[in-house]
Amino acid sequence: MRYIEPHGHMVSRVTDDYQDMAMAGCACICEPAFWAGFDRRSPEGFYDYFCQLTEHEPKRAAKFGVPHYCWLCINPKESEDVRLARDVVALIPQFIDRPNVLGIGEIGLNKNSRNELQVLEMHVDLAARLDQLILVHTPHLEDKLKGTRLILDVLKNDSRIKPERCIIDHVEEHTIELVLNSGFWAGMTLYPESKCTPARAIDMLDNFGTERIWMNSACDWGVSVPLAVPRTGLEMRRRGWLAETIDKVVFQNPARFMGQCPKFKIP
Amino acid sequence: MTRTQVLDLYFMEARSKLIDLAAFLDRVDRAEGEADFRLRAFRDAVSHLSDGQPARAKNILLSLSDPSTEPIATAPGKGAVGAWPGTEAK
Ligand SMILES: [Zn+2]
Repeated sequence: MRYIEPHGHMVSRVTDDYQDMAMAGCACICEPAFWAGFDRRSPEGFYDYFCQLTEHEPKRAAKFGVPHYCWLCINPKESEDVRLARDVVALIPQFIDRPNVLGIGEIGLNKNSRNELQVLEMHVDLAARLDQLILVHTPHLEDKLKGTRLILDVLKNDSRIKPERCIIDHVEEHTIELVLNSGFWAGMTLYPESKCTPARAIDMLDNFGTERIWMNSACDWGVSVPLAVPRTGLEMRRRGWLAETIDKVVFQNPARFMGQCPKFKIP
Repeated sequence: MTRTQVLDLYFMEARSKLIDLAAFLDRVDRAEGEADFRLRAFRDAVSHLSDGQPARAKNILLSLSDPSTEPIATAPGKGAVGAWPGTEAK
C-alpha cells in the first residue's frame, strides 16, 4: 500500500524504522520540528537541529529510497521562554529556502499560556510574511479543547492566513468539527494510548468524511508506532473501505496539502 | 457495516477493555489513601458509557477537558495528566 507519513520525528527513530516504513510502502516522510524531550539551552541548539533536519536526515532517509521533507519552528513545549523563542524564530529565514523545507511547524500551544500564545503569533506572522504553509500541534489531553480554540482564534484573526494552507494536527472527536468547519485541514495522530487509535480514526472518517484530512503516526522518542498509517489502512480494508478511498486518505490527501508548497514533489 | 460485522470485528477487543476498566476501578478501591481529582473525573466520564446518548467518545473527551477559554499566566510545567483538576469543584 502506497502511503505518505506526513508527521514523523525520524531523528528519534532507528534505521530499522526507515527500512520497515519503506517496505510497507512509505512514499515520503515529512518531519515537523519538535521538542527533543529536554529543553535546548540556546539558539545554537536549534541551529544544529535545523541543520540536522535539512541536511543530515534527508541523506539518512535517501539510503532507504524515501524522500524526506521537514517543517521548522520552536515547538510549543519550549515556547514559555519568549526571548529564546524570538532568537530561534530569527534563525528560520536562513533555512526556509532549503529544498526539503515545506513550511512552519509544528507550532501551536502546549499548556495554553500567554507566552506560548505570543510565540504562536510570532510564528504565524513569520509564515504569513514568508508565504509558508503552517502545521499546527494542538495540546495534549485535558488541554486540547481549549488550546484548539485559542489556536483557531489566532489563525482566523490574521487576515493573511488562508485556512486551506494550514493543517491542525492531533484532532480528536471533540475538536475535529471545530477544525474542519473553519476550513482548515485536520490531522489525526495514531498513538497507542493518547490521541487516537486506528479504530477511532476510521470512525471519524465515517462521521466527517475524507476531505481535508490526513492520518499520521507522529512517531518520535515516546510510545509510538512508525507503521501506524499502513496499519490503519489495513483496518480500513477490514471495515470494507474501497482501495481508492484508502489511497485518497493515506496518499492523495497529504500529497494535495503539501503539494501547495512548490518544493514538494508528488512521490 | 452491519451491527454483526462491527461486533465480529470489535467485540472481543471492547470486552477486554471493559474488563480492564472494571479491574482498574477495583484496584483503585483496594488501594489506600485519598484519590485525587482524576478518579472523580474518571467516574464522571464513565457515566457517559451508559447514558444512552450518541457521541459518547466526544462527550467523554469533553468531560475530561479544561472548559475555560482564557490563556493562563504561565505554563506550570510541560505535562498533562488526562483530566482537568477543576472538575474537583463540580
Ligand atoms: Zn509531532
